[in-house]
Amino acid sequence: MIRWLMWLLGGIVLGGMVHLATVLALPTTASRDAYSRLTPIAQVNTVVPLPAPAPATALLPFMDPAFAAAVCRYDLSEAPLKLTVPVSQAYTSVSFYTRKGIAYYAINDRAAGRRVIELDLMTEKQHADMPEEEDVTAADRLIVESPTPTGIIVLKALAPEPGQMASARRTLAGARCRPQPQ
Amino acid sequence: MKLLFGSFLTLLVAAAIGLGATWFALTRGTAFGAVHIGAWTAWPRTGSSDIDPYARAGIARTGELPVGLGDGVAFVARRDDTGRPFDGRCEVVLRGTTPAARFWTLTLYDPEGRLVANSANRYGFTSQEIVRASDGTLEIVAAPRARPGNWLPTGGAEHYVLVLRLYDTPVGVATGASREVPMPSITERPCT
Repeated sequence: MIRWLMWLLGGIVLGGMVHLATVLALPTTASRDAYSRLTPIAQVNTVVPLPAPAPATALLPFMDPAFAAAVCRYDLSEAPLKLTVPVSQAYTSVSFYTRKGIAYYAINDRAAGRRVIELDLMTEKQHADMPEEEDVTAADRLIVESPTPTGIIVLKALAPEPGQMASARRTLAGARCRPQPQ
Repeated sequence: MKLLFGSFLTLLVAAAIGLGATWFALTRGTAFGAVHIGAWTAWPRTGSSDIDPYARAGIARTGELPVGLGDGVAFVARRDDTGRPFDGRCEVVLRGTTPAARFWTLTLYDPEGRLVANSANRYGFTSQEIVRASDGTLEIVAAPRARPGNWLPTGGAEHYVLVLRLYDTPVGVATGASREVPMPSITERPCT
């Protein structure tokens, strides 16, 4: 009897390990994560408008239908990226996600405090390699460090009423993300 | 022989518990650091680098991009204040006020995060579209058939979730007790 209980206990302990291992391994094995879903439509280092979510077709789950959205699937391996996003009338935000979909930074139009949200995205190494004087002169330059060389930037402009959706989309059409040779 | 049976039992139990717990955790959404206000729940940390391993695995599985903490906070409700799950064939009434935010949106999804088809092509409301009472409170009715006032069509879906997203809001990781943050109450009326 005791022996069977020991086997059972071993199974429970091993089960806990299996549980932890699968939870930790899942993000690296997932093939339907946001980055993979966006890859077919989003060229690298280009702002691409996302189709509005509809009942039958939604690229990603839980998208907010009140927003016009665009993505920039970035790759910083060649050079840092410069992002410029014009601000719409109501509310505009820029969110940064790693390759695994982790939101490591987000900023809205009010926090950016200008008519155009302008920032430089680079890896930690590229930031460290930046010439020092440039860093000083660019004191008011917003620099965002990406934890991974690839990832996703999501640009969103709110249409508070459905009639303003077209104007929100037009605003995002003026957004640019392009590699900036150092 | 006993050894063989024993190790077989151990492996069987390990696989069942391990995979079962993972499946359960990911489908039920058991991220840490949840903020509960009434029937609403938010996971502000899921929108930051502090995201826990369960939420990481969850977003990898669903493909969702969580709302970034510098952007806003998303509150999710699947049940009314008494714990009754939403049924799209019944009426659900949201009443009260929303926390401080520059804008908010309320959206109705099916449990997988897709919008629910309906004849009015309305999937939610923004804070500017809503019609308020003279005292500033709001009342939104989610119902299968058209109603006067703020009608949110359920499309007759059996189950659905409501997501209230606050944009540019002080509500976040530090928000704990429900007292200072008012959220609309949710009441499901008995089906007729």
